[in-house]
Parts: sequence; structure tokens; C-alpha cells
Amino acid sequence: MFLAWRELWFARSRFGLMGAVVGLVAVLVVMLSGLSSGLVNDGVSGLKKLPVTAFAFDDGTAVDSAFSRSTVDRDQLAAWSAQDGVAEAALFGNQLVNAEGANGEAVDLALFGVEPDSFLAPAPDAVADGEGLGDATGIVVSDTVTELGLGVGDTVTIERLGTELTIVGVLDGQHTFGHVDVAYVPLETWQEIHSGALPGTEVRPEAYDEATAVALSVADGAELDTAAGDSDAATMTVPLDESFDGSPGYAAETLTLNLIQLFLYAISALVVGAFFTVWTIQRKHEIAVARAMGASTGYLVRDALGQAAVVLVVSTVVGMAVGVGFGALMTSTPMPFALEAGPLAVAAALLVGLGLLGAAASVGRIAHVDPLTALGGQR
Amino acid sequence: MTGTTQQAPGTTPTTTVGLELDDVTLTLGDGDSTVTALDHVSLTVPPGQLLAVVGPSGAGKSSLLAVAGALGLPTAGVVRVAGVDVSALNAARRADLRRRRIGFVFQSGNLLPALTAVDQLRFALHVAGERVGRDGRDPRTLLGQVGMAHKADRRPHELSGGERQRVGIARALVTAPALLLVDEPTAALDRARSHEVVQLLATETHEYGVATVMVTHDHDVLEHCDRVVEMEDGRLTA
Repeated sequence: MFLAWRELWFARSRFGLMGAVVGLVAVLVVMLSGLSSGLVNDGVSGLKKLPVTAFAFDDGTAVDSAFSRSTVDRDQLAAWSAQDGVAEAALFGNQLVNAEGANGEAVDLALFGVEPDSFLAPAPDAVADGEGLGDATGIVVSDTVTELGLGVGDTVTIERLGTELTIVGVLDGQHTFGHVDVAYVPLETWQEIHSGALPGTEVRPEAYDEATAVALSVADGAELDTAAGDSDAATMTVPLDESFDGSPGYAAETLTLNLIQLFLYAISALVVGAFFTVWTIQRKHEIAVARAMGASTGYLVRDALGQAAVVLVVSTVVGMAVGVGFGALMTSTPMPFALEAGPLAVAAALLVGLGLLGAAASVGRIAHVDPLTALGGQR
Repeated sequence: MTGTTQQAPGTTPTTTVGLELDDVTLTLGDGDSTVTALDHVSLTVPPGQLLAVVGPSGAGKSSLLAVAGALGLPTAGVVRVAGVDVSALNAARRADLRRRRIGFVFQSGNLLPALTAVDQLRFALHVAGERVGRDGRDPRTLLGQVGMAHKADRRPHELSGGERQRVGIARALVTAPALLLVDEPTAALDRARSHEVVQLLATETHEYGVATVMVTHDHDVLEHCDRVVEMEDGRLTA
């Protein structure tokens, strides 16, 4: 590293420019990572907070539309309740609805229909304001609903049906599903809304047997035998984290963002590779002189890679710090944005690691510089 | 031949000969277009002697330096540097021999642009894996000896051609080599600077007891040399 440090200082403007590119890529990666985590929260935080191990959807539904298309009944619930290892099983109803508040403001809600005495109902300590589920038309909503100016005691009316629901409790923290605020509603009310019955009209009787899925919770240390349960209950069981793909837009959003990040890593590695290729070619004569003086290939390659590592680590750390600074500003806006240490650490490692690969591809040229070219001719 | 046995590089040889070429031939190219760059050259340079090799361009002077400096291997014949048979060494061992036993002075200095004058010398020591040169050759002291103490912290682009050559000579000497190979040191210098630089080479050669081979086409500076040989078409003619 004798030569490397001195070259870094001597050619500081050139290294600075390249480092700035890597640093800016690092800023972008932080922003995308934050956006990615934010969208995940927006898409599935309501599901993540359920005490559920897996969902059993009706057999034959596709995962990406399971929450809107699947219908299960109480027989399937009973079949699952009888399975070994199942600690809790309950019907879970899911539906996205458009509603409006008392002053006509639009409120989109993801209804989570649960039986108030089941394990799915929000725990009392999760309710920050008001009370839990109980009243037939009472809903318990995500605290993000309060950003719309609604609170406990306010009434929302479901469009087209005219069903009136009253907010009886507000949950602690963000509970969203498909970018829409979650509202827990008693299962029976959910069934009436889901069947499309207008208030006061007769509901077809079998509607009170139906829900979207059977929510399962596994006893501590037990294994869920999904094959046996699915065959008994005629269902298709999906673990909770795989069920996220059933949230509207979730798979497409995460795929897009991951693809953009992938491209950024590739661009960064190529920029670093191109820079060090040009840099090595510029130094060809100096490398020949150093080799004539007896410097081994290993000595020169270590020097060059050490130099690349210094530039990469410094610019990545600075870029990420700037990105986290920007991110702190973003979290106070309505943008779905969340910074998490794990993905950021992975991103930093990828930027440095791939950059080093790019540099390594170019410094291979050092091995091919002929020390004989140090003799004769002037520069 | 004095019957010196082959030595591992880095050990101190017991020979009193700096450079020994015995019937060395070097052919370049292949097939129809082979060129005989060195044609049965034999040459011995003892420590403390400044030998000048003169001749027209294309006479094989650079090939002589390349073979003597362990940058390339001869097609036939034996090359010994400080008693070590170069042709028995692989590329890595030859590099080791170069950094410990051979000093190069290039045309117009060929200094590394990123390094100050004193760092040029420190780099040579770093490459050789030493902090201070053997015999306690301190970079700043050596720069003082070549008259460059006042510009020790300047980079090459801040130095004149003659100053760069002085730093180049100090850089070649700092690792205490047995053999100093000098490639056209006066090519970029005016007459007065040329005399100064070659005089400096002669002084240092005598003071440090190093065998020095200087390739040049500048007949003006030969008065400072201990011995002069002429080269033509790959053969020594004097």
C-alpha cells in the first residue's frame, strides 16, 4: 500500500470523481432499500402482525389472488381444528372496501373479519385508544386512519351497501394490507358485507358459514402437517410469509424495486471496473518501471486492490450516511419509507464486494506488463 | 571463468565480480525474421568500475541491458550477476534478484509521478522489503550526496531533467546493489548537465564499489568512464 496511498493523494480529483459515482449509487441504494421496506410495510404489515403461522385457502385458488378469491366454510375449519399440532384455528375474512366518513371524505379500508373471541381478534394491549372488538358494527382500525382525521366514535359508511360502521378502537402502530388501512370487523358483519346484502335485507343463510381462509396457529414446537390437513379439509395451505404475495401489488412492487437495485449494483461494479482499467492503462509505464525495479506481480496487485478497497469503502460509507440522512427526512412524509439495518448492511457489502470484483478484473492487466518496456524510449 | 557456484538470490556472494557475461547470444523473433541482438558477447565488469557501452542505435545496447538486468534470458551463454547464474532462475527469482542486487537508472529518470523524491527512494526500499538500505543507506542522506537534499519533497514534475536523473541515480543506489545498469542517462540533458550526471555516476560507482554498465551514444561524456567498449550488430568490437 506504499504506492497506493500516495497515488490516492496525487490523483485525488480522479479518485474523488469515481468515488462520487459510487457514493451516489450508495445514496440511491439506501433510498430504494427504504422504499422497498416501506412498501413491504404498506403492503403486508397488517398480515405480519397477525398471530398466524399459515393460511388455509380453498383448494385450487392461486396464491396471488387468494385473499380476494378464496372462500372456505365451517366444515373446513372443523377439519383443520382436528389436525395434530394446530393450537388455534379460526375463520378469517378479508375484503377491500371503499367507504366515506361523516363529512364525505373517502376512506379505503381492508376489512379483516374475525370472531371477537378468536385468537385473531386484536389483543387488548394492541389497542391504543378505545376498546377491542365486540359491538356488531364496531370496528378497530389501524392508527394510520387517524391521519385522515378520524378517531374513536366516528362513523364510516360503506359505499353502495350503505352499511354503517363505527370506530370503537384504534390500534397501536401501522396495520395495512395492499396499501390500505386495516379495519378489524366482527366476522358476522364481515359476512353480511361480503355477501353484498343491503342493511335490513335478508342474507342468504350459507353466507354465515363462509370466510376467506382458515387462519392457523401452531402449538409451540409442533410441526404443521399441511399435506394431511389440506387433504382432510380440501384446502391449500400457505405459510404466512408466502401469503404476502396475495396482497394486491406486493409481488410486482418488490420485484420492480429489487430489479432496480440489481441494476445499480451492476452499474457500480462496471463503473469501478472501467475506472481501474483506464487507470491501469495510464500507469502502464510506471508499472513497467516498478517491475524492472523488482516489484513482484503480487506486490503490485495487492497495492492496486488495496487502493480500490479504500475508495470503495470510503465512498460507500459516505454515500450510505448521506442516504440515511435523506431517509430520516422521508420517514416524516406520507411516502412509504422505512430504513432497516439488515438490508442496508447487505447493500453495503454488495457495493464493496462487486466493486472489488470489477477492480480485480482490470488489475489483471498488471501481470501482463513487460518490465522490458521500462528501457529505452521516453514517455 | 572463476568457477563461482550458483547462489540463491539474497545471500551475499563471495565473488569479486559484479557482472559476468560468458559467450552470450540473444536472438529475437521467430521463423524467417530472427534478429541476432547479441552475438557471442563476453564481458566482465568488476566492482567499482564504470563501463560505457557505445554504439549506434540497433547495435544491441538495450538487449545487453535487458540480459544483464535479468529482465530477459539469453538464448545461449551464461549471465552472472554478483556470482548468481541468472539463467537458472525463474521469473519470480529474477525479480527478487533485481530488487536486491541490481539498480536501474532509466532514460529521463522514469520516476513515479505520484511520489516525492525521497519517496522514490523509500519505494525502492519497500519493494526490496527493507526499511533502511543495507550499509545503513538512508534515503535523505543519499539524496544529499547527489545534491538533491533541498528538493527531497518535490514530485518529478517539479524537477528539471538533470534533477530527475540525480534522483534516479540515488533511487538505484539506495538498495545497495552489486550491479548498476544505466540506460542513456544523458538523452534528455544539455551538455553541462550531461557531464554533471555522468561525473556523479563515476563518483558513486567508485565510492560504493558497484559495477556500473552505462549504455550511451553520447561520446562527449566518455572521459568520465573507466572503460569504454563499442558495440555493433550485436558484437563487442573494442
